Amino acid sequence: MSTIGNRLAKIDSWDKVIGAAKYADDMRLPRMLHARILRSTMPHARIVSIDTHDAEQLPGVVAVITGRDVPIEYGILPSSQDEEALCVDKVRFVGDPVAAVAALDVETAERALELIHVEYEPLTPVMSIPEALDETRDALHSAAHADHHNIHKMVALEFGDLDAGFAEADYILEENYFYQGNTHLALEEHAALASFSPDGHLTLWSSTQTPHYVHRALAKTLELPASRIRVVAAAIGGGFGGKTDPFSHEIVACKLAMLTGRPVKINLTREEVFYCHRGRHPVLMWVKMGVRNDGEPTALHFRTILDGGAYGSYGVASTYYTGALQTVTYKIPAYKFEGMRLFTNKPPCGPKRGHGTPQPRFALEIHLDKIARHLNLDPAAYRKRFIVDDNTKTVNHLTITTCGLSECIDQVVAASGFGNKARETNHERSQSKIENRKSKIKTGLGLACGSYLSGAGLPIYWNQMPHSGVIVKVDRGGGVAVFCGSTDIGQGSTSLLAYIAAEEFGIDVRDVRVITADTDLTPVDLGSYSSRVTVMTGNACIQAVRPLKQKILDAAAEKLLVPAESLSFKDGEIICEDDDARRLKWVDAVVLAEAKFGTLSGTGSYKPPKRAGPYKGSGVGITPSYSYAACVAQVSVDTETGEVKVEKIWLAHDGGRALNPILVEGQVEGSVYMGVGEALMEEMTYRGGLHKAPSLLDYKSLTMRDMPSVETFLVETNDPEGPFGAKEAGQGPLLPVPPAIANAIYDAIGVRIDETPITPDKILKALEEKDKGRAPRVGPKNFPNAPYPEPIHVEPPEDAPRLEKKKG
Amino acid sequence: MMKQVLHLRVNGQTHELYIEPHKTLLEALREDLDLTGTKHGCELGECGACTVLVDGTPILACLALPIELQGREITTVEGMAHGAELHPLQRSFAELNAAQCGYCTAGMMLSAKALLDHEKNPTREQIRDALAGNLCRCTGYEKILDAVERVASEQSTVESK
Repeated sequence: MSTIGNRLAKIDSWDKVIGAAKYADDMRLPRMLHARILRSTMPHARIVSIDTHDAEQLPGVVAVITGRDVPIEYGILPSSQDEEALCVDKVRFVGDPVAAVAALDVETAERALELIHVEYEPLTPVMSIPEALDETRDALHSAAHADHHNIHKMVALEFGDLDAGFAEADYILEENYFYQGNTHLALEEHAALASFSPDGHLTLWSSTQTPHYVHRALAKTLELPASRIRVVAAAIGGGFGGKTDPFSHEIVACKLAMLTGRPVKINLTREEVFYCHRGRHPVLMWVKMGVRNDGEPTALHFRTILDGGAYGSYGVASTYYTGALQTVTYKIPAYKFEGMRLFTNKPPCGPKRGHGTPQPRFALEIHLDKIARHLNLDPAAYRKRFIVDDNTKTVNHLTITTCGLSECIDQVVAASGFGNKARETNHERSQSKIENRKSKIKTGLGLACGSYLSGAGLPIYWNQMPHSGVIVKVDRGGGVAVFCGSTDIGQGSTSLLAYIAAEEFGIDVRDVRVITADTDLTPVDLGSYSSRVTVMTGNACIQAVRPLKQKILDAAAEKLLVPAESLSFKDGEIICEDDDARRLKWVDAVVLAEAKFGTLSGTGSYKPPKRAGPYKGSGVGITPSYSYAACVAQVSVDTETGEVKVEKIWLAHDGGRALNPILVEGQVEGSVYMGVGEALMEEMTYRGGLHKAPSLLDYKSLTMRDMPSVETFLVETNDPEGPFGAKEAGQGPLLPVPPAIANAIYDAIGVRIDETPITPDKILKALEEKDKGRAPRVGPKNFPNAPYPEPIHVEPPEDAPRLEKKKG
Repeated sequence: MMKQVLHLRVNGQTHELYIEPHKTLLEALREDLDLTGTKHGCELGECGACTVLVDGTPILACLALPIELQGREITTVEGMAHGAELHPLQRSFAELNAAQCGYCTAGMMLSAKALLDHEKNPTREQIRDALAGNLCRCTGYEKILDAVERVASEQSTVESK
C-alpha cells in the first residue's frame, strides 16, 4: 500500500513544532473578558448564602454569576444528571464550583473572587469507602441520584454455574486487592472561549475530547436550541479521558458571554484541574478463583467497590467496566461479578485511559501469577493454554473476533528471556545467584496480559444514529477535504483520515486536508474515548470515499474507452490494468467526474455491530473488536531503601493492523509510561477533605530519568471489523504494565504488593513481614460487608467456554 | 501597579513593551508579544512547558521577570526556524512522532537545542538528564529521545565531514 502501513509524520505535527497550533488559551477575540471560578473550601456543606455585591462593585468586573443563574442539572450520562455548573444548595467537595466572575483581566477577576462572601453550614464529610457505606453519615445526593444513601450504583451478575465451577476446582485462591486513584495530568490545563452573537448564536472553543456531548449539555443548561450552538474543539494538549465530560467552566464561560455580550475566556489553573479530575477510580477488589491442577479456570467470583467522588460522571459505566473484561482473555466457564460505586466528598472520578479495566486487570494478573507459582506452572505457558479462541463468545455474552494474545506472549517471552532458565549456563546461574544474594539490589522479571475495547458498542445516550460520520469533498483542483467530528488528542486521528483518503484515491497525503471537531461543519463523531476513533471514523471514511471513487472511475472509463472495472488509482493517476498507455492524471479524472456528475462529495457513517447480551448492563464491554497485549517487566529493587526501578519493558500489542506503525508505537510507549507511573507513584490522596498534592511537583509522575526503555512488538491479526484490519492501540497497552511490575517484584524479592502505588515504604514493610515469618504481603486485609443486590442470573451463550465435569 | 517601559530582545528582534513589572516573561511573551508558542502547564515552575532560552540557557518563563532580562537574547519556539527553514529538531520531532499532543514540544525542543549547542555527541543518558525538567504525558519520552539523538548524530556527521 502506498500510504497505509508506512511510518509517516502526522499532518498536524508541523504546526505543533513551529508553535502555531492553536490551543484554547492561544485564541483571542476582540473585547474578550476573562473569567475565574470561586470554588468551595468545604468538602461537604450546605450553601446558606452567597453575597456577590462587593465583587460586582470592583472596577473592571463586568459580571458575577452564581448557581441561581445556571441551575439546570447536567452530566455526561443520562442516568447521572447530578451536576450544577455552579452549586445551588450544597457543595460536595473542596473545589466544587460556587460562583464565577468575568472581568477585564485575570487579576481583577481573581481579586473579585476574594470579595464574594459565601456562608456555609458544614455537613459531615464522607471521605472513604467505609465512611460511604456508613448510613449514619450525611448523604451527598438525593434519592433521585443514588441507588441508596451514598451508594451511587450497585450491580450483580452471575453467568453459568459458579458453585459447580468451584466444586470442580482443585485449588481455590481468594485475595483482596486495591488500586489507588490517580489522574490524567494532561499538560494543557482545561481552557475555553465562548462568544455570543446578537442574533443568538453561541460559539464555544474548548479543550475537549467530546464536542458533541458538550454541545448537548450546553443546549440543556443554557436553554438554547442546539441548532444555534456551535462547539469547536481547539488543539488539545492531552486528554486521556480528563476532557470527556461537559464541564462547569464551559457552561459558565458561555453564560457569561450571553450575559455580557462579550467573548469570555476561561483558563483553569493546574490546581483546578486536579479538582476537575474525572480520573481513575480507587477500587477495592476481592477475587476468588477456582482452577484445576493444570491451571484451567473453573470459576471466577469478582467483587469491586469504586470510590466515586462527589458526582456521577461516567461512573455507572466505570462500575460495569470493573467487571466486564475479565472474561475476554482466558476461558472462564462460570463468572459472578458484584460491583458498587460510592459517593465521597472528593473530586469526581470518571474515565482515565483504560476506564475501569486497569484495576481489575491488575488484580486478575497478579492472582494468576500466584496460582501459577502455587501449581509450579510457568506463568506464560499457563496463560497460553487457556486463551480465548477467535470468533467465540464469553460467558457474559461478549464477542471475541480476533485474538493475537498467544503471539504477543511468545514475542515478549522470547525477547526478555522470561522463564527461560536454559539461557544461562550453570556457572552463570550460580554466579548470578551469589551476586544476587550479596547485593542489596535484587532483580526480577514479571509477566502480565491485558485486553481492551476498540470503541464502546453503545453511545453515551440511547439513540439509533451513527457513532461516526464523514463527509468527503473533492475539489476540481485535485485537493480532497475530509470532514469528521473526531478530536485529535495527539494520537493522530486527524492524520488517519488523511492517510485513508490518500490510500483510497492513490494520491499524496499532502493533497488531503482534514477538518475536524466542529459541530457546525463536521458530521457527528461521538468523541475520543474508549479507543473508538480509528475503527469508527476509519470505517466511515472508507464508506464516504467509495462512491466518489466509482464516479471518478466511471468518468475516466468514458474518456479512456475502457470498462471502469479495469481502472484503478495509483500514484496520482488512474491507470488501466490491461493497457499501460491508457491513463489519466488524478486531477483530470476529477474534472471529468465533476463535469459528468456535478459537485463531488461522499458521505459515510459507522454504527458498531449490535452485540448486546440479554441482560441489563450488557451494553458495557461490547465493542467491534478487542485488542490484546502482553508485557514483561524487568525491575530492580533496592532492599535497603525500598526503591523500585523499572529497568525495561517488553510489550507486544495486537492492534489488528498498524495503519501507521510510528503512531501505534507512540501509543504503546505512552501507555507503558502511564502504567509505570500508576504502578509506582501516581496517587490522589486527601487529608481532612483537602487534596494533599494538587501540583505537578507533589503529584508524582515519571520524568525522563524514571522512564524505562521500551521494546515494542506490533502483532497484526487483521481484524475484519476494522478499517484495513485495525483495532485499538491507545489504551490496551497500559493494562498489563502495573501487574507485570508487581509480578516482577515478587520474582525479585518474594513479596506481594497487592495494591498501587508500589512505593518504597510498602516494599520495606513487606520485607519486614517476610523477615518476621509472617505473610510477605502488603495489601488490603479486609473487604467490607457491602450490600450487593441479588445477582441477575444469565444463561451463557452457546459458544462460550464450558466446564467439563471431571470430578464425581 | 504602575506599568513601565521595557525592552526585550526576542528571537533576534527588540521589542518595546509597556507592562506591569511583576508580569512574568511567560505572560509578556504570550499576551504582549502574541508569541503563544510558549505554553503554561502549571504556572509554578514544575513542568517545563514554558521553557525558553536566555542567552542559550534554558529557563522557566513562568518564573522569570522581563524587567530582569532586558538586553539578554531570548529564544522561543518561534525563533527556532531560519525563516521558512525548520530547525533540525523541529523536523525530527515532526518526522519521528516526538510530538503527540504537542503541548510539551516547544519546551522540549528548546531544552534539547541548548544541550546540542553545547554538547556535540551526547549519550541517550545525557539527553535524559538535560530534558528531565520537561514533563510529557503522551509520548513516554522514547521518541523524543530518538528525535534528539537523530539530530545529534546528524550534527556530528556534518562536523566530521
